[in-house]
Amino acid sequence: MAFLKRSPWILHYDASSCNGCDIEVLACLTPLYDVERFGMINTGNPKHADILLITGGINTQNREVVENIYEQMPEPKVVIAVGICAATGGIFRECYNIVGGIDKVIPVDVYVPGCAARPEQIIDGVVTALSILEKKRAAMAGTAQTREEEQHTEQAGEST
Amino acid sequence: MTWTWLIGAVLFLVLAPVIGGLVAGIDRKITARMQGRVGPPLLQPFYDVGKLFEKESVVVTTAQNFYVLAYLIFIALSGALFFAGGDLLLIIFAFTLAHVFLVLGAYAVHSPYSHIGAERELIQLMAYEPMIILAAVGLYMVTNSFYVADIAVSTIPAILYLPGVFLGFVTILTIKLRKSPFDISTSHHAHQEIVKGITTEFSGSTLAQVEIAHWYENVFLLGFVFLFFSWNPVIGVIAVVVTYLAEIFVDNVTARVRWQAALKSGWFAAVLGIVNLAVLAYILGYMMTGGV
Repeated sequence: MAFLKRSPWILHYDASSCNGCDIEVLACLTPLYDVERFGMINTGNPKHADILLITGGINTQNREVVENIYEQMPEPKVVIAVGICAATGGIFRECYNIVGGIDKVIPVDVYVPGCAARPEQIIDGVVTALSILEKKRAAMAGTAQTREEEQHTEQAGEST
Repeated sequence: MTWTWLIGAVLFLVLAPVIGGLVAGIDRKITARMQGRVGPPLLQPFYDVGKLFEKESVVVTTAQNFYVLAYLIFIALSGALFFAGGDLLLIIFAFTLAHVFLVLGAYAVHSPYSHIGAERELIQLMAYEPMIILAAVGLYMVTNSFYVADIAVSTIPAILYLPGVFLGFVTILTIKLRKSPFDISTSHHAHQEIVKGITTEFSGSTLAQVEIAHWYENVFLLGFVFLFFSWNPVIGVIAVVVTYLAEIFVDNVTARVRWQAALKSGWFAAVLGIVNLAVLAYILGYMMTGGV
């Protein structure tokens, strides 16, 4: 059964964004857009999250924080880069302290461009991420099964 | 007679997660409507728990899994004892022990968030424990029995004798249901409290067990509310529904208070209960001596 795509819990992190995209992310939770319709919940805890929604171009100071958060999230997980800064660094890309895009630090699955990204776009990005999340879950279940089968064949080989 | 108690316990163990999950789903739907939103599907809590079982298991210390399992088992046990018609005092002690296990689980991990959650859970325990015992004592004074089986079939309308105790119990029910204004150790759905308090370090199937234990717990507590009205089952069911709706309403119109206020409210509820019991003791004594 695939419950994962019916219950994506989102962790939102501002990696040196101008706050424009963050306001749009929070707008998704308001009665107008109400993403809880899709079972989405905004959690504050990486250990409870399935989707990392991240804005801004990452600077040298929060680079480690982003890596740390990503590491703490249990598999399967997806990363959505929201806004043009998160995708490429945007207008800040030539700043001395800007790393320039989330994919310079952690693997990104979905890019949602825009300055600022509109709530409709963000929801569309999350829905796209859900199918990727589902693929990752299936792959994870698949590898777990093959690993188990390998173990069984090994054990069978030992016993004979 | 020897078999009926077992039926109650087995029915609880099988049906309580289903009922508890549905109640949580209805709760989220009503909460969303109160906020002018559409809200998640009715079966959302089941999707959430199903999802948590699909996730990778990230364990900081293996001890935490043991404690959380013990929490689930003791909550289920106290609920099963309740629906088997057991001794109310034993049920309350098993119920308290369950929460001690949850606190130990949170303390097993070296995370400051987890520790703050555990401390707050202990404060909550201190806040509601006096009142929950007074509720058992009150029901004993009215029905002359600590056994749920006897209280449930009693024809005395307990609520008329114990209005203060009931009000006190409803106050601590807010703490137990983890609803605002007393959701200080951890909270419901999308609410945040210091990341997520006592559940910070639990993820995947461990978090799912905490959630299922909470469903068991809610059904048990609603059963406790029913005891006050058990002389008339129809009124009893209506009272349980109205109580829960009132809890949802309070959850939505109040902000979270500090832990000091939660503790004071819990003990104020207990004072209300004690005054009620004192008056009741006086009246019962008066009736027994025939007013002489």
